Amino acid sequence: MNLRKYLKVYKKFLHTSLASELEYKTNILIDLFTAILSLIGSIFLLSIFFENNGYIGGWKFEQALIIQGIYTILNGITNTWFNPNLTEIVKHIREGTLDFVLLKPIDSQFFISLKRITPSGFLEIILGFFLLLYCIKINQININLTFLTLCLITIICSICILYSLWFFISTTTIWFVKTWNATEVLRSFLYIGRFPLNSFSISLRIFFSVFIPIAFITSIPAEVFLGLSQLWEILLEVIVALIFLSSSRKFWLYALKFYSSASS
Amino acid sequence: MISNLINRKIFTLLKVQYSNMLEYRVEIALWAISGIIPFFMLNIWTNNNLNESINISDVLLSRYFLCAFFVRQFSVVWVVFSFEEDSLTGKVSPYLIQPLNPFFRYFAQHLAEQITRFPFAVIIAFLFFIFNPESIWIPKLGILFLSILSTFLSFLIQFLIQSIVACLCFWTEKASSIERLLFIPTLFLSGLLAPVVSFPEYVKSWVYLTPFPYLIDFPANLLSGNETNISRGLSMQIIWILLLFPIFKKIWCEGKKKFTAMGS
Repeated sequence: MNLRKYLKVYKKFLHTSLASELEYKTNILIDLFTAILSLIGSIFLLSIFFENNGYIGGWKFEQALIIQGIYTILNGITNTWFNPNLTEIVKHIREGTLDFVLLKPIDSQFFISLKRITPSGFLEIILGFFLLLYCIKINQININLTFLTLCLITIICSICILYSLWFFISTTTIWFVKTWNATEVLRSFLYIGRFPLNSFSISLRIFFSVFIPIAFITSIPAEVFLGLSQLWEILLEVIVALIFLSSSRKFWLYALKFYSSASS
Repeated sequence: MISNLINRKIFTLLKVQYSNMLEYRVEIALWAISGIIPFFMLNIWTNNNLNESINISDVLLSRYFLCAFFVRQFSVVWVVFSFEEDSLTGKVSPYLIQPLNPFFRYFAQHLAEQITRFPFAVIIAFLFFIFNPESIWIPKLGILFLSILSTFLSFLIQFLIQSIVACLCFWTEKASSIERLLFIPTLFLSGLLAPVVSFPEYVKSWVYLTPFPYLIDFPANLLSGNETNISRGLSMQIIWILLLFPIFKKIWCEGKKKFTAMGS
């Protein structure tokens, strides 16, 4: 019953935001072009790194491409869902329109996280997917059912962690109002998710697995792809994802207690 | 008399914008932090000994990336995003009535932001030197002057390019997507992620004719004491400014005529 209601509402969200985004058709075209160029640029950068070295952090070029593919998919998801919605929170808080969201008979986190959609991110997801398919071919990976389920589980966990990170940062605007660029800081940190974690020095590696778990986001799914991952790594990723999701939910409810509406 | 008036205008604009920027210093500190990608890149380069193949020592490379960070900090331009918002919400109308090109206002905004940003950038550099004490160096006074000049010229080039894109707001509503497209070659070809020397021959043969290497690579090489062609760099920067300025003037004059104020 409840689920059906949310599905119905989400359908409406999709409809309205797609309708408004498709108003700007050239805009979408330019965004598609940007996505393609961006992928070419990243592979170019990667090829510079591998020009005179066979291995970077123990990864071959073909293997590092898998990380690139996963990053591209996740980046596409970020651009489609997280970025347009979660940067909106700041606007809601500054202009006091969060009041209207809270008054609606619907979960506020659901409304805030899924209201809008930017279709141009889809191409990035498709590009990343094709890159992954290509990687499966050149790395000669055998596809079977356990492989597919493990891949799916780890990638879903990565999406959950990524979402929680974005949501955490955006929620802090309830206290600091004008920090919409805090998400830019996160974005620049996430940038290192394009490279194998082992190519960084130990201190950075620890930082990026404990404080901002970027390690979990791209490296573990890539290891699963190559069949190199240990079972405990996958379990750890699932646990981390669950912790992040639940604490981001708790954090949002906690932060709402501090929200003083526009004119108070 | 006239020059006195212009001086006063510029001075007032700067003073107003500087106090405005100081108000949002946390935001600017966050912007400064979001520019630390060069340090992650440095970590990849030195941790995998990639610099051996391009004959740049660890120390020189770390200085290069520190300088790239600095140059980027003082040549960041966001005029298109401000202008797009002002033009969509109709704020441009009152600006147009004033006997001053609105772009002076944005220009002062950028300069004021750079002044506010300076202490934060110095703090980050200081932290960098704590972790890499061997890379401390003092550039010669003449070189320092030239690199500040070339950083400013790099800022001017980017400001002109973005102003041209911003003027497209008169025709289309979302000019910022064009800027995002242009940002991709800027990111990968400017030397922010990898010094241009390390690029493969087939890119190096044409990249020096584009404005990109002169945005970050040239000033950073100059300041960090790496090998670079000073006269070619400076003259290319000036040529690009001389090329872009008439385009901007033309497109501004054309666009102004297209502008329909809010409510018309």
